[in-house]
Amino acid sequence: MTTLPETSLGQEFLSAGARGWLRFALRRSGQLLVSLWVLVTASFAMIHLIPGDPVRAALGITASQELVETTRAQWGLNDPLPLQYWHFLQGVLTGHLGTSITSRLPVADVISTRLAATAELALAAFVLAVVIAVPIGVAVAVRTRRGRGRALDLGFAGTSIVLGTIPDFLVGVTLVSVFSVGLHWLPVGGRTGMSSAILPVVSLALGPAAVLARIVRVEMLSVLETDYVRTARAKRLSAARIYLGHALPNAVTASLTLGGLMLSGMVAGTVLVESVFAWPGLGSTIVSSILVKDYPMVQGVVLVYGCGVLLINTICDVALAILDPRSTVVR
Amino acid sequence: MDGLKRVIRTPLGVAALTMLVVVLGLAILAPWLLGAKAATIDTNNLLALPSSAHWVGTDSLGRDLLARTLVATRLSVVLALSATLVSVTLGLILGSAPALLGHRLGRLVTAIVNILVAFPGLLLCLFFAVIFGVGQVGAVFAIGLAGAPTFARLCHTLVAGVEERDYVAAARIAGGSRASVLVRHILPNIAEPMVVQATIGAGSCLLTFSGLSFLGLGVQQPAFDWGRLMNEGLNRIYLNPLAALAPGLFVIMAGLAFNLTGEAIARIFNVETSGSWLASGVVPSQPGVTASAHGIARSDKTVLSVNNLTVDFPGVTPVRGLSFDLHQGEALGIVGESGAGKTLTGLAIAQLIEPPGVVGGDVVFLGETLRSDGGEEQRKLLGTSMALVFQDPLSSFNPVRRVGEQLAEVSRVHQGMTRKVAWKRAVDRLRAVRISDPERRAEQHPHEFSGGMRQRAMIGMGLMASPTLLIADEPTTALDVTVQKQVLDLLDSIRTSEQVALILISHDLTLVGERCERIIVMYAGRVVEDLSADALPVAQHPYTRLLMEAVPTLATDLDQPLAVIPGAQPEPSIEITGCAFAPRCPLADDICRTSSPTLAPVASASGRTRNKRGLDITVQTTRMLLRLNLGGKSTPVHTGRVACWHANEPLPETSQLDDTSPSLPASTESTHDVDETVVTP
Repeated sequence: MTTLPETSLGQEFLSAGARGWLRFALRRSGQLLVSLWVLVTASFAMIHLIPGDPVRAALGITASQELVETTRAQWGLNDPLPLQYWHFLQGVLTGHLGTSITSRLPVADVISTRLAATAELALAAFVLAVVIAVPIGVAVAVRTRRGRGRALDLGFAGTSIVLGTIPDFLVGVTLVSVFSVGLHWLPVGGRTGMSSAILPVVSLALGPAAVLARIVRVEMLSVLETDYVRTARAKRLSAARIYLGHALPNAVTASLTLGGLMLSGMVAGTVLVESVFAWPGLGSTIVSSILVKDYPMVQGVVLVYGCGVLLINTICDVALAILDPRSTVVR
Repeated sequence: MDGLKRVIRTPLGVAALTMLVVVLGLAILAPWLLGAKAATIDTNNLLALPSSAHWVGTDSLGRDLLARTLVATRLSVVLALSATLVSVTLGLILGSAPALLGHRLGRLVTAIVNILVAFPGLLLCLFFAVIFGVGQVGAVFAIGLAGAPTFARLCHTLVAGVEERDYVAAARIAGGSRASVLVRHILPNIAEPMVVQATIGAGSCLLTFSGLSFLGLGVQQPAFDWGRLMNEGLNRIYLNPLAALAPGLFVIMAGLAFNLTGEAIARIFNVETSGSWLASGVVPSQPGVTASAHGIARSDKTVLSVNNLTVDFPGVTPVRGLSFDLHQGEALGIVGESGAGKTLTGLAIAQLIEPPGVVGGDVVFLGETLRSDGGEEQRKLLGTSMALVFQDPLSSFNPVRRVGEQLAEVSRVHQGMTRKVAWKRAVDRLRAVRISDPERRAEQHPHEFSGGMRQRAMIGMGLMASPTLLIADEPTTALDVTVQKQVLDLLDSIRTSEQVALILISHDLTLVGERCERIIVMYAGRVVEDLSADALPVAQHPYTRLLMEAVPTLATDLDQPLAVIPGAQPEPSIEITGCAFAPRCPLADDICRTSSPTLAPVASASGRTRNKRGLDITVQTTRMLLRLNLGGKSTPVHTGRVACWHANEPLPETSQLDDTSPSLPASTESTHDVDETVVTP
C-alpha cells in the first residue's frame, strides 16, 4: 500500500499511477522474456535429454545406418552443442522449426495450418465457460449469502465439484455417445462447420465452467462483505448497481488470476479433446507425433503451446492491471 | 484418530470416505477375484454387446469388459499413487530448498518453480512423456514431474510461513543447522496441509493418467488401466458406447473419491468461522428498556427520532431498547467499549443491518418512518439526506473505481445529474473537504490517496447531495493523531455551516466530550447514561464516572500506571440478570445483580429521596465543596437520563481502581485483557 504525501506529488515528472505502470510494464516484460527463454531452451534440451539416440529412435530399428547418419547431419546433431543451440535459436526467431519426419513438410507450415483450429476451440470454450460461470456464480452467491439458501448451496457445491472433476475427454466421450451416436444430432468428429464444433467446445468448457462458477461465488461472497459494498449500500444504490457495478468488478478481478490458469489449462485440454473428436488441430498433431517419435514436430508444437500459455498469462496480468491498478504495485 | 472421526461426522466426509474405501477395496480384491475372468479369451464371443452374461460387453478377444474394468482399478490406482509420490517428494525437495540453500540459490529455485507453475500440468506432462518415452513407467515420471512445481510452490509458501514463527527463530539461535531446523521444526508443522494437497493431488494424477493412457501415451498392451480401456472402447463407440463409458465412470468415481476426501479433511482443519458479521462482546439479557425520549430539549427541528431501537441476531440481541431525538445541527456522541453495540446502532438507524439481523423499534427520519425494505422513495431520501462515514477509509472505497466516479455516482443516481455535471460536483465537493488539486485527485484511485485524504473524500461523498444527518462511525480511529484533528475539524465546520446533525460514534470519551453537545453512553447493548457534554463532570452512572476518572489529565502522576476499569464487558453467551455492569461496578449490590435498572430522568439534587446508606448528603456536600474550589464556575447540571440503582453515589477512592483492589469483585475473576476503553489522552 502506498500512501503518498499530498504536496510532493504535483512537482513530480510522472504521476504515481504512470510510474507504477512503467515499473509494472518493465517487470512484466522481463518476466515474459525469461519465461520465453526457459521455454525455448527446454524444447531445445528435450531432444538431448531423450535417453539413447533420438534419431535411431525416431526412424526405427529397421532404418539403414546410412539414413540415420544423413538425418543426424540434417538435424545438425553432429555440431558442437553451443552451435546447435545457436542454430536452434536462430531457427525459432526466423520461423524455421525443421522438417517433420513423417510428413516431410516444414514443421512451421504444419503448425500454421493447424493453429487456427486449436485457437478457435480454446477461445470459444473460454468464452462459453465465462458466460456460463459468471452469472451462475454471482446468482448463487447472492442467494446463499449469510447462511441463506442452504439447499441451493449444497446442490451447487455438489454439482460443481462433480462437474469440475470429470476430465474433459470423458465429457467428450459421453457427449458423443449421447448426441452423436444415440440421437444423431451432431457429427461424431472432424471439423465441418459450426455443428462439429459444438461438442468439442462444450466438453472443453464444462469442467472449467464449474470450477470458475465456484471461484466466482466464493469471491463474490467475500466482496459482498467488504466495507466498500457497505458504502455502496449506504449510498442507497439499487441492488443491480451494488451487485453489478460495485461487487462484480472486484469479484471478477479476484477471479482473474485463477481464470487465467484455467484458460491456459483449456489450451492444454485441447490435446485430449481434439483426440476424442478427431479435430484437426495442434493437439491431435502433438499426440500422433509423440507416438511416432517425430521429434522436430513435437518440439515445434511444444513451443507453440508454451508461447500460447505465456501469452495468456501476460494478457491476464495486463487485464488485471487495467481493472485493478493496485496490482501494478509490487507486493 | 481424532481427525478421522471429525471427517466422518460431515456428510461430505462420509460420502468421500465411502467412495475411497470402495475404490481401494476394488484395487486390492478385484484382481484376485476377477483376474482370471478378465483374462479369459472367448473366441465365440468377440466384441459382444452388453448382455446379461457380459454387462458391458466383451473386447476384441472376447474378454469380459466389466471384469477388466474392475481389475484395472489396481493398476490405475497404483500408478496414480506412484506419480503422486514422485510429485510430493520432488515438491518437498524443491519447496524446502530455499530454506536449506540460503538466500541466493533459494531465490533461483523459487523463480524456476514460479515459471514452471505457470504452465498447465498436461503440457509439462507431454514434454516429459517425450523424454521418458511412451509407457507406464515413463508416464509415472512424466506426471510426477509435471505435478512437482505445484507441490513445490505450496511447500515453499508453507515453509516460509512457519519459518517466521518464534520457535523456529529460537531453534536457529540455539544453534540448529538449517537441515535440522527444517526436519525437526518446520516439516512437522506443514504436514497437515501437505497431506490434504497430496490427497487431492492423487485424484488429479489419476485423472491425468487416464488421459495419457487414453491418448495411448500411458499404459501399453497387454497391461490395461481405465484410460487404456477407454482408448480401446472409443473406436467402437458407435456399436458399444458402454465399453468406453464404464471405465470412464470408474475414473470419475476414483477421482472424486480422492478429491473429496482431500476437501473434507481440508474443511475440518480450517473450520469456517460463522457469525463473523456479529460484533464481538454482545450480551443477551432481559428485554430492552423503554423510556420516553425526553433528553435535552432543543427548540429546533427534530431530524431524527429513535424509539426503542433493538437489533436482533439469531440467539443474541446486541442493541436493546435505544431511544433518543436528534435536532438540526446537533452533535450527538455515542460512546462505549467495542461490542457495546455502537456500530450496530449506527447501522440500524441507517437501515443497513442485513439479514439475519432484524431491527426493531421506530426510526423516524425527517418525518418519515424508515423500514429496512424501504422502497424507491426512502432510498432517494436517505441517499440525499443521510450521509455515512466509516472507520476504515481505505476499505470503504471501492478499490477498482476512480474516487471522482464514486462520488459522482451519488448525484447521478439520486439527483439525475449527467455524468459530466456530477463529475463537476464531485470535484467541487473534494475541494470543499479541502483536498488540494481536486481535478487531478478525482481521477485517481483510492489507493493513491493518503489515509486522511480518503476520509475527507468519504465525507465529501456524503456532501454530494444536501445531508441533514451525518453518521460517523469511529471516523478517526484508523488515522494518525495529527490527521484526526483535521478530519474532526472538518466535521465540525460542516455541522455548523450547513446545520447538519451529527452522530459521532467513538470509544473515546474525551474526543466525544470535546466534539459533541450530547453524549449517550452504551454498555453491553443498552444506554446507561444520556447526558449533555457539559454534564460529564457530574455524570451519575458509575461506568461513565470511572471512564472519566480514567482520563489522564495534566495532573495525572505519570509514574503510576494509567487507571483502567478492571474486567471486561460480559461475553454474549453469558445470560445476565440485573445490571450488565454489576460485575465490574464498585457500587454493585444485590439489587444490581437481580434486577435491571431502567433508564430514567435524573432526579434533581433537591428532590432526591433515596438515602440508602445515609450517603447522599455527604456526596452533595463533597461535590459542592469541589465545585467551589473550581473558582466559581457555573455548576454543570445533569438534565439527562441514567440507568443505575446507585446513580451518583460516591465511588471508592481512585487509587483503588487497580486490579488488586478487593472492593472490585469482578477484577479477580476476570481473565480478559483490559479493553480499549483505556481512554486516550
